[in-house]
Amino acid sequence: MNAIISIKDVSKTYASGHVALKTVNLDIEEREIFALLGPNGAGKTTLISIICGIVNPTSGNITVDGRDIARDYRTVRAMIGLVPQELSTDMFETVWATVSFSRGLFGKPSNPAYVEKVLRDLSLWDKRDSRIMTLSGGMKRRVLIAKALAHEPRILFLDEPTAGVDVELRKDMWEIVRGLRNSGVTVILTTHYIEEAEEMADRVGVITNGELILVQDKVELMRKLGKKQLVLDLQKPISAIPAALASYALELAPGGGALTFTYDTQADRTGITALLNDMREAGIGFKDLATHQSSLEDIFVDLVRQSQ
Amino acid sequence: MNLTAVRAIYAFEMHRWGRTLLQSIVSPVLSTSLYFIVFGAAIGSRISQIDGVPYGAFIVPGLVMLMLLTESTSNAAFGIYFPRFTGTIYELLSAPISPFEIALGYVGAAATKSVILGLIILATASLFVPLRIAHPVWMIAFLLLTAVTFSLFGFIIGIWADGFEKLQVVPMLILTPLTFLGGTFYSINMLPEPWHTVTLFNPIVYLISGFRWSFYEISDVNVGISLAMTLSFLTLCLVVIWWIFRTGYRIKA
Ligand SMILES: Nc1ncnc2c1ncn2[C@@H]1O[C@H](COP(=O)(O)OP(=O)(O)OP(=O)(O)O)[C@@H](O)[C@H]1O
Ligand SMILES: [Mg+2]
Repeated sequence: MNAIISIKDVSKTYASGHVALKTVNLDIEEREIFALLGPNGAGKTTLISIICGIVNPTSGNITVDGRDIARDYRTVRAMIGLVPQELSTDMFETVWATVSFSRGLFGKPSNPAYVEKVLRDLSLWDKRDSRIMTLSGGMKRRVLIAKALAHEPRILFLDEPTAGVDVELRKDMWEIVRGLRNSGVTVILTTHYIEEAEEMADRVGVITNGELILVQDKVELMRKLGKKQLVLDLQKPISAIPAALASYALELAPGGGALTFTYDTQADRTGITALLNDMREAGIGFKDLATHQSSLEDIFVDLVRQSQ
Repeated sequence: MNLTAVRAIYAFEMHRWGRTLLQSIVSPVLSTSLYFIVFGAAIGSRISQIDGVPYGAFIVPGLVMLMLLTESTSNAAFGIYFPRFTGTIYELLSAPISPFEIALGYVGAAATKSVILGLIILATASLFVPLRIAHPVWMIAFLLLTAVTFSLFGFIIGIWADGFEKLQVVPMLILTPLTFLGGTFYSINMLPEPWHTVTLFNPIVYLISGFRWSFYEISDVNVGISLAMTLSFLTLCLVVIWWIFRTGYRIKA
């Protein structure tokens, strides 16, 4: 794979003395959707801001498409679009004016047809002559995306694109991001919503306390760290778990009608066969069974807890 | 050089001005007209000529300078402070442009506005008093130079300020008094010692004097010194701006 962004030993200590990033190393591959997942204050925005030239790193190097972001800032920044976390917009401007401005600011000659396409893709075309302050929050978010796309970037950073956005709009946003990736754009997004990373990302990076504690292919991550649960619906409710089954750390559902067994898919022996044998010997029959894969959210919570 | 970007910033700023055109023109024109009525017509009729120039006409260059200084400074200061305040500065910082180009866009727009205003005020003045411009080319040169210099100065203020009050403080509490004391309404040669010498430390004396020379060929200080002082202040502002962007002072964390 071809790394389009390469982050080497980047750290950031703010003037206040706060260490926002320890030592971050990360390669972003071309045309992937990379989700940076982490709790509040983890350093997601700081990392993005450094790559985009808004914050100076304390140490380290970053290259984009093989070019140093400081030395070759013109070439590098022209390739990048940024949708910030905060809804900072020119309130008094119209949608059309602000998006056209962004295009010019990034050095692209005016191209009304392209701006129109961007606005249409984001369902903003009807609002093109509205002042931004008259738009709803979700619409403003789209305006920021339109601004970031106005100069046809190859890389797009979305800092919490769906914060404060309703479910419907969030789904739209996902569609938009997928559409972008299909058109060849590399997308890096940050999010608190695990379902978002799970839904969209090809790879996930988990960041907490300024440290990138894990970077992995999403599917692999879920498989590797994923715990599975086996739920057994019992034929007859039981009042307590028999001593013979104590070693399995089973959970008995309220009412005693179901047993839940948690196992690790990575383990050589999951213990399912043994459990079922022991149950038969204990005289507990089941009428149905289901397995359930733990979500990225569960994995994430585990990881953050472990690193603390 | 990313000229497209400079043009975009310039056009954006001029457009912002266009939105508030009425108030941005009306208020300076109105206040200058008041000065002309009060000092030029009412009081000025009782004052004899200064260096052979009728009092009403004598104060015109100083008043234009006063407007030019305060408007350039506050326009440029507001222009760059506003994106910092609203957070839209992220876009400027992430754009493929050099700090110099950012400054060029903002300062160019602010200077354009104040030159236009200066010319409008001159036109207004000519309605009240007989104007004579001995050296139009120098007049324009001083006008442009001052507008650019103080727009640069305003840009610095806009970056330094961390609240709206500070944007007002410098034009109100520093520029206006210095301009009043810098010979807008009198020739500093009329001052007794030690005030005459003290006044020579006021940089605005040199601006007003040079500008007035381009009208009436009278000056408090040598016009060459006026020019040199203006250029030095321009250079100083450029150096400060260069330093600001090099260190990221108040703009980059
Ligand atoms: N300009 C600054 N000066 C000092 N500290 C800062 C500054 N900006 C951010 N920080 C601190 O750095 C840490 C990381 O902040 P950052 O904004 O990168 O977090 P984040 O992961 O984006 O969080 P969130 O999910 O809340 O957006 C936080 O503790 C924050 O308080
Ligand atoms: Mg953030």
